[in-house]
Amino acid sequence: MATTSRAGSLHHWHRVARPTKTAPVVQTPPDEPRAAPAPEPAVAFERASARLAGRTIWSEVSFEVTPGEFVAVLGPNGVGKSTLVKVALGLLPLSHGSVRVLGEAPGASGREIGYLPQRRSFDPGLRVRGIDVVRLGGDGERWGSPLPFGRRLFGSHRQLDQRVDEVIERVGATDFALRPIGDVSGGEQQRLLVAQALVHRPRLLFLDEPLDSLDLPNQASVAALVSRICREEGVTVFLVAHDVNPILPYLDRVIYIARGGAVSGGPDDVITSSTLSALYETPIEVLRTSDGRLVVVGQPEAPSVHTDRHEGPFH
Amino acid sequence: MVAATTPALASGLTWNLGDDLRQLFAFHFMVNAFRAGTVVAVAAAVLGWFMVLRRQSFAGHTFALVAFPGAAGATLVGLSATAGYFVAPVAAAVVIAMVPRTGTGTGYSGESAVVGTVQAFALAAGALFVSLYGGFLNGITALLFGTFLGISDGQVLTLTLVAVGALAVLAVIARPLFFATVDPDVARARGVPTRVVAFVYLLLLACAAAEVSQITGVLLVFALLVMPAAAAQQLTARPGRSLALAIALGLGVTWLGLGVGYFSPYPVGFWVTTFGFATYVVAVGGRALATRRARRVRGHVRVA
Repeated sequence: MATTSRAGSLHHWHRVARPTKTAPVVQTPPDEPRAAPAPEPAVAFERASARLAGRTIWSEVSFEVTPGEFVAVLGPNGVGKSTLVKVALGLLPLSHGSVRVLGEAPGASGREIGYLPQRRSFDPGLRVRGIDVVRLGGDGERWGSPLPFGRRLFGSHRQLDQRVDEVIERVGATDFALRPIGDVSGGEQQRLLVAQALVHRPRLLFLDEPLDSLDLPNQASVAALVSRICREEGVTVFLVAHDVNPILPYLDRVIYIARGGAVSGGPDDVITSSTLSALYETPIEVLRTSDGRLVVVGQPEAPSVHTDRHEGPFH
Repeated sequence: MVAATTPALASGLTWNLGDDLRQLFAFHFMVNAFRAGTVVAVAAAVLGWFMVLRRQSFAGHTFALVAFPGAAGATLVGLSATAGYFVAPVAAAVVIAMVPRTGTGTGYSGESAVVGTVQAFALAAGALFVSLYGGFLNGITALLFGTFLGISDGQVLTLTLVAVGALAVLAVIARPLFFATVDPDVARARGVPTRVVAFVYLLLLACAAAEVSQITGVLLVFALLVMPAAAAQQLTARPGRSLALAIALGLGVTWLGLGVGYFSPYPVGFWVTTFGFATYVVAVGGRALATRRARRVRGHVRVA
């Protein structure tokens, strides 16, 4: 398969080894209280459509995410996965349908939501430490300026410091958190950004392609880390990916989006030849390799007008 | 302008620190120069620190250059040059912020074309005003390369009020501004009004650039706006420390430049800029050495 899937029209998924249990992340006891299961879904899209610059990105998208689930949003490049996250965050409007996030309108749940945007790389010359970037996740949006010696004066500062140290340890970033963030590797930056998204104890975490442009061991260990955060802290994880394999062992639900709708369900039910062929209206074959990886063959790339993901007001 | 003549009045350097300092503060214009220099150095260091972090040095320089036609134009129509110094850069900030850009939230690439356009037009307008006002020509060197000397009490008061106002506003937006600078996407998602914050910062930067250009001249603003902040950020990656260090370096460079400038026949702007440059070179060199040593010791402990 590995050789034939290099052909242009084939989407190949075989790059990644399954995550191993040897991921070098500190095991901490689940000391965080699990969020009580809310009666309403964590995220609910109902017959939603999004338009950007006059074109419909996707339409008739409906799905629900149960609190505490680890969910992956999948689909070919340019199909509007990031748009889906931005709509859920309230950064982009819907043209039709409705979206509820934690029972409220998008953007209304503020601090209960953590967000890790699509791959940001920090300027190598940026002379700000990782720990400072993480800390912004705790109080960055607050007006005012940090006072000198605030730590000695205010209990809230000490609490935030403590929480920052805690999340940095949680993601295994203790060794490099004090270095300028432009100096550390991509995988290390990604861990720090996960920590940043966790500082304010969100109930729901949106991660947009967190494994993109990481090397294989880092993909595996970041995937394992996110899964542990989901299980041990009861955080709902909504993760956008174009490669399902690194996260496959941990997933509760996958959502595939296409222009005219979406399918949602358990990975074994959704990632099948018949479901995907029906969704994309083209013959698609899902193959399983002997070591359990999935290879999707014949998945269409989105029409060329959609392929530039860096267009649009938020890129 | 007193600038050109006063150093000749000084009785010269005695190499006796007490006598020299007494001599330095014997003239009222020198006291005013130190007052103004101190105020401007602090404001420039703080606003410049964010400017360096935000990679907006080009905009900062343009605001200073816009002060040139501002001051020249104000003099031409018979207004106070100080008003022109402030009004023109703030107007330029509004223009730059208003032009819609297609770039990302992080890069300021979309901004640079607008900034460059504004800058070129401003310089052309300045040249026109100077030629329209023939007698003004004597002052053009002071306008471009600065005059620490001959600063009036009123000017000191204006500089102080603007600096205090700008720093007070910055204190309110500092944390969200830092967030929006380092991590704009997340800041926006967390409810920081990044466009508003960026616009307010641009106005503050225009004020700071206007202040500095009255001291070092419009061409040498970077001596106080960039050099202390850039040197401080080389020396430490801790935000609080590097901000404090930038202020200290700015003050040191200004005071030293004023003192040496008083006793030497060369322009003050030259001295301030030279000391700023030396500080930056030492900072960059020192960090390079420390990094190399840390690498040799091995382990990934690098100088933070």
